[in-house]
Amino acid sequence: MAGLSIQNISMRFDLPNGSSVQALKNVSLDLAPGELLSVLGPSGCGKTTLLNIAAGFLAPTEGTLTLNGHPVTGPDAERGMVFQQGALFEWMNVRDNVSFGPRMRGQKEADYGKEVDHLLDIVGLRDFKEKAIYELSGGMQQRVALARCLANHPDVILMDEPLGALDALTREKMQSLVLKLWKETGKTIILITHSVEEALLLGERLLVMAPRPGRIHKEYRLPFADLGVGKDLREVKKHPDFAVKREEILAMIWNMEEEIMGRTEAAQ
Amino acid sequence: MTGLIILAVYVAIFVGSFIVTKFLVHKTRRDFTSLKTVTFGDESAVSPNRVASVVSILTLFLIWGSFTGSKLLPSFLHAPGPTTGEAELTYTLEAEDGRRDDATIAILIHKHGEEVTEPAIEPGDGFAKNDVMTMASGRTTTIIFDKNDEITRKMGAKVVAVDGKPIAPGQTVEIDAGTVSLSDKGAIQFAPPLGLQMDPIWLPAPESVVSRFVEILKSGYRGSTLLEHLGYSLFRVVVGFVCGAIVGIPLGYAMGLSNWFRGWFDPIVEFMRPVPPLALIPLVIIWAGIGETGKIILLFLAALWIMAIAARSGVSGVRITKIHAAYSLGATKPQIMRHVIVPNSLPDIFTGARVAMGVCWGTVVAAELVAAEKGAGMMIMVASKFQLTDIVIMGIILIGLIGFGIDILMRMAEKWLVPWKGRA
Repeated sequence: MAGLSIQNISMRFDLPNGSSVQALKNVSLDLAPGELLSVLGPSGCGKTTLLNIAAGFLAPTEGTLTLNGHPVTGPDAERGMVFQQGALFEWMNVRDNVSFGPRMRGQKEADYGKEVDHLLDIVGLRDFKEKAIYELSGGMQQRVALARCLANHPDVILMDEPLGALDALTREKMQSLVLKLWKETGKTIILITHSVEEALLLGERLLVMAPRPGRIHKEYRLPFADLGVGKDLREVKKHPDFAVKREEILAMIWNMEEEIMGRTEAAQ
Repeated sequence: MTGLIILAVYVAIFVGSFIVTKFLVHKTRRDFTSLKTVTFGDESAVSPNRVASVVSILTLFLIWGSFTGSKLLPSFLHAPGPTTGEAELTYTLEAEDGRRDDATIAILIHKHGEEVTEPAIEPGDGFAKNDVMTMASGRTTTIIFDKNDEITRKMGAKVVAVDGKPIAPGQTVEIDAGTVSLSDKGAIQFAPPLGLQMDPIWLPAPESVVSRFVEILKSGYRGSTLLEHLGYSLFRVVVGFVCGAIVGIPLGYAMGLSNWFRGWFDPIVEFMRPVPPLALIPLVIIWAGIGETGKIILLFLAALWIMAIAARSGVSGVRITKIHAAYSLGATKPQIMRHVIVPNSLPDIFTGARVAMGVCWGTVVAAELVAAEKGAGMMIMVASKFQLTDIVIMGIILIGLIGFGIDILMRMAEKWLVPWKGRA
């Protein structure tokens, strides 16, 4: 079966004091090739745990995970990862960061050179190839991270709040870029975010997760990602459905947070 | 006393130059930073005023020159020196039968090391005869006043007054020419005013340190040239440090990567880290003697723990996201080691190297103070035994300059090799 398939995944962390935390419980999810899924939820709902399992950094306590039919057993180049920040290699310049994956596979400059330059063009960093990472702004650094991921030709791209540390304006530009890259490359993308707007704008599918234990609360199929490709995202936000969905999801997450607060107060 | 005066002069120059610079030289700055008065945790609000640095260094040399009577300074800047020239004191001698007679002692106080001839004087009348003598400035002298007197101390005569001021054995009186005291045996001890200048035994003038430097540079000291002395110290530091780094860095990596290594070496490293390398000198001398081997072992031990801890923290400090990113880009474990963990640890290792070089330099000088044939520390230790203060001061300045130079070089290497340090 093509695509990413997550079946009945549960994850339990044993704490040093003998108790345990149920981070995920019976999460199932099928992702067809080329789908863009955004995942929302209050803190502690297991979003990042789910992503780390998908990346292969964590092994689930129960359940199975397959990509294109074969089981996922560890991190691999077929599943690329874009982090919030701090995952670039400061000791390499922009171009060496982007070509890291191909170089680790033993490719020579002649093999990857053209494509790396092309990717740098796409993310608008053509003139910054030789720059050091610490000379770039936060938005540029995330564009390097995107290009580095794409240069490796992953089947699935996992994004852990990739735009979370950027300012509002840069963030909007980067959202357009993510949509553009998604359409042009046809990659399967899972994007974790804290921003409801971002989840609505970018998610072809949107998953709202609930905490304690982490589970899927509700799933949406949305038209906005397709509408937004190549367009001004502010136009998309004016869509009448957009405001309705935003309020609905905000209220949903708000209630969850209230419930958590209420529970902890009751526990005290 | 002199110390307090020097401190007062120093404070006065500090305050005076501050006021002068603030109101005359510098136009007062009125920007955002200048309005910050509290600068906790915000060092950017304070930057060194280079005018102050220059004045500070000049002040040090000024005070040094002034209180040592340096020839480099015009004499009006000199602190009052020890009295020179002619002095005179009159003593009243009382014979056993109660007769008294006065006699004067003419004293020619000459500069230290100067050859002078005693002037001729009239012996005068009475049983106490006038005396003449010479003495070096800054010294105290005992005057055997009665060697030409008709009635000597052996015959029962004794001094009862100096310049008309009554005095008895064991007492001290102040007269115009200086301080006079009478010893228990009745001899006159005379100390002309010392002034405020330092005796070259305590602190030589800057030019004598410089001329000693030139002399040692030309003819060496204790059978080795100056460059040999300094070169040997540097050679020991470099060899000891390199050996320490060659063993310490892999050890630190192993401790950062393996539980077993961490558990095995943690007690050793954590115990050895707080042991000052100087405390190991006696043991190293017992084991390896005072030759090169012993010194290099000592410096190896001084550098080893610092480098191991630096490498360990460099490895442990790698952000897990970087490792994750490398894995999901398809890197293998050895590739992650080579392309992520090692470069990521370099800034920490450089910090450790800077610290280790500083500690090694201090340790080598201390070890040479204890026992060495050649070296900067040996040079100043031997010089101090002969009270050659100028060599001691020259040595201290050279040791300081070399230590500073080492740190500058390490910082330059750091900037060149790990430019991303502190900017990740």
